[in-house]
Amino acid sequence: MHSFMRDLTFLSKLKVCTSVGDTTDLYCTDMSRKVELSLLLYGLLLSSMGEEEGLHQTQFLDTMFVRGLKRKCFDGEEDIEGTLAGIKAIPSYNLQRQSLLDMSLVKLQLCHMLVEPNLCRSVLIANTVRQIQEEMTQDGTWQMINTQSTGQASLDRLVSTDILCRSSRDQAEGKHVPAYGTFNKDFESDQAQDSSETMSTASSVQAPRNLQSNVWEMENPQENKGNFQKSLDQIFETLENKSPNSVEDLFSEVDNSYYDLDTMLTGMMSNTKMGHCDNLETFSTPTNTASNSNCKSDLNDLDHIVEILVES
Amino acid sequence: MEGESICEVDSGDGLGADIISTVEFNHTGELLATGDKGGRVVIFQREPESKNEPYNQGEYNVYSTFQSHEPEFDYLKSLEIEEKINKIKWLPQQNAAHSLLSTNDKTIKLWKITERDKRPEGYNLKDEEGKLKDLSTVTSLQVPVLKPMDLMVEVTPRRIFANGHTYHVNSISVNSDCETYMSADDLRINLWHLAITDRSFNIVDIKPANMEDLTEVITASEFHPHHCNLFVYSSSKGSLRLCDMRASALCDKHSKLYEEPEDPSNRSFFSEIISSVSDVKFSHSGRYMLTRDYLTVKVWDLNMETKPVETYQVHDYLRSKLCSLYENDCIFDKFECAWNGSDSVIMTGAYNNFFRMFDRNTKRDVTLEASRESSKPRAILKPRRVCVGGKRRKDDISVDSLDFTKKILHTAWHPTENIIAIAATNNLYIFQDKVNSEMH
Repeated sequence: MHSFMRDLTFLSKLKVCTSVGDTTDLYCTDMSRKVELSLLLYGLLLSSMGEEEGLHQTQFLDTMFVRGLKRKCFDGEEDIEGTLAGIKAIPSYNLQRQSLLDMSLVKLQLCHMLVEPNLCRSVLIANTVRQIQEEMTQDGTWQMINTQSTGQASLDRLVSTDILCRSSRDQAEGKHVPAYGTFNKDFESDQAQDSSETMSTASSVQAPRNLQSNVWEMENPQENKGNFQKSLDQIFETLENKSPNSVEDLFSEVDNSYYDLDTMLTGMMSNTKMGHCDNLETFSTPTNTASNSNCKSDLNDLDHIVEILVES
Repeated sequence: MEGESICEVDSGDGLGADIISTVEFNHTGELLATGDKGGRVVIFQREPESKNEPYNQGEYNVYSTFQSHEPEFDYLKSLEIEEKINKIKWLPQQNAAHSLLSTNDKTIKLWKITERDKRPEGYNLKDEEGKLKDLSTVTSLQVPVLKPMDLMVEVTPRRIFANGHTYHVNSISVNSDCETYMSADDLRINLWHLAITDRSFNIVDIKPANMEDLTEVITASEFHPHHCNLFVYSSSKGSLRLCDMRASALCDKHSKLYEEPEDPSNRSFFSEIISSVSDVKFSHSGRYMLTRDYLTVKVWDLNMETKPVETYQVHDYLRSKLCSLYENDCIFDKFECAWNGSDSVIMTGAYNNFFRMFDRNTKRDVTLEASRESSKPRAILKPRRVCVGGKRRKDDISVDSLDFTKKILHTAWHPTENIIAIAATNNLYIFQDKVNSEMH
């Protein structure tokens, strides 16, 4: 499950950075990138999940989501061995909920390329995601997920690119970007009265806002937030906990880097561009050497950019 | 109700463009229009009953076919605009011609359908082929006379109502005043005059100031059949709003809000999705509304906002499969519903090419199948049953062997008789109840 989440997170960062432009409408303007990205997403998803696993997951989910009804997991299996295996394999409610969340996020990302996505469907999926996220926040499971994603240096760099992209876009919209700093701090110190209030409002406002803005821009906010938070922590530690104002100032210098990033990612995408089937086939094989090597070289570039930012 | 298949129309090659996307009888039931994914409209006409050929009575045959919408490309957004016909609505007939509105995601068109069965012959200046005659050969004058010819059906676009919608148009409804109609997309409803194409009035707008706050969309809307000032629209959260256009120009404030409180025992992550209303239809009497959500059809009394007066389970056995249906996107399927002419029976489609009918008076329901095998001409439809486990009778279908790719989303009921039109992917089935062909 963790590797799956990591892959999804990785992909989502790419998605974030290449969806440029209009924010009030939910339509992506850059079609070719989206096609390639979605194939990349889908292929990696398949390779990390394994198709069989996916099918079983939904069977499990069906059994779990029916209240108070326990059934054999494998429909039609009569032998005891199968039953035992089935019972052992029934995941916990939390895992099930997580699977549903992941599935929903994939659905939001894999939108139709050439035709405008169905708004009603997108809204319903987004509401489902928000519902799950709210429940997880109440459970406290949300914080757990944050602490679980550790030691992924590449993700940090990608997360920082996410900051670059998001904040520059926010700049373009004229939106204020202070919430990241406050949100992060509140999340860390969730015991204090003030901050917990702020958190509840910030999280309820910020999270859905992130969710909605990201959904309508075909992004993946949840994975962003999970690892985003963690990596934000790391970045802020590196910066020795500067005040929110200076964090803002830091982000305000981002604009140029964004475009470099954009071209880099475009370059990465076009390098991996093949026929549709080729793409999927490549990614369904265990060794994704082509894309990885490209990713690594670009990660080094991203690394470079972050270093520049950090030093300033 | 027993049915008898009288006509199956197969549009043939099974390509995606043939998938029927809407079905609609006209006000007399003489004509039946279908729209498909390829932007075509096919109109069927009922053969008049004649003593000479009693077996042909009531059959529907192709009357006219025309290309209503073409695929377009929105250059600004780099997106295709599908030519699929989302809805067709007939205008009440006011002269010899028939008129209908057809719409795709963005553009509504008014089409006029006229017949030509006579042509003038005996011109003085032109010969039979239309070439000018040599005047020296004309020795006497004749009066041209109208002679019968093979029936020709001409369809012309009379109005094109474009650029009214940013989002996808999901429904159109002609007002009882026969002068205006409304078109609804995901976030807005516009009021048009049938004669004016460059202007429309926005009467409902639920787009939030910040798109990030969007949580609810409009899913269907319809004018009241008798009161030209009333209309209803349904939302993805399962609520209905009745609006009165006399109250204000912008009907964002509803006059009545119809909402059933959620059943806490049935609550799940999918509760909201399955409560989304996919279709709303006023009864012919105007007293009731029929709504379809994923698992049920509900009858609402206009006078009672708190809950529906009747709820019918369409396929409750799917309640335990919601996650799988979410994964394969079937949970987002938009089924339509229909009243019969006397508002005593309601009908809706389901999966596996099944459709369901509920008798509101006797509380009996039946499941029927629209398929080639069970629908030889003149064959009587056999009721089907889905078994959920436990005892399984012969011919029962188990839930797990239902074909979810065969869905009946679009159905229509003749306005006065017991004739129904069922669209099953790219096939149109027309069933008639011969025993009780008149409405009681």
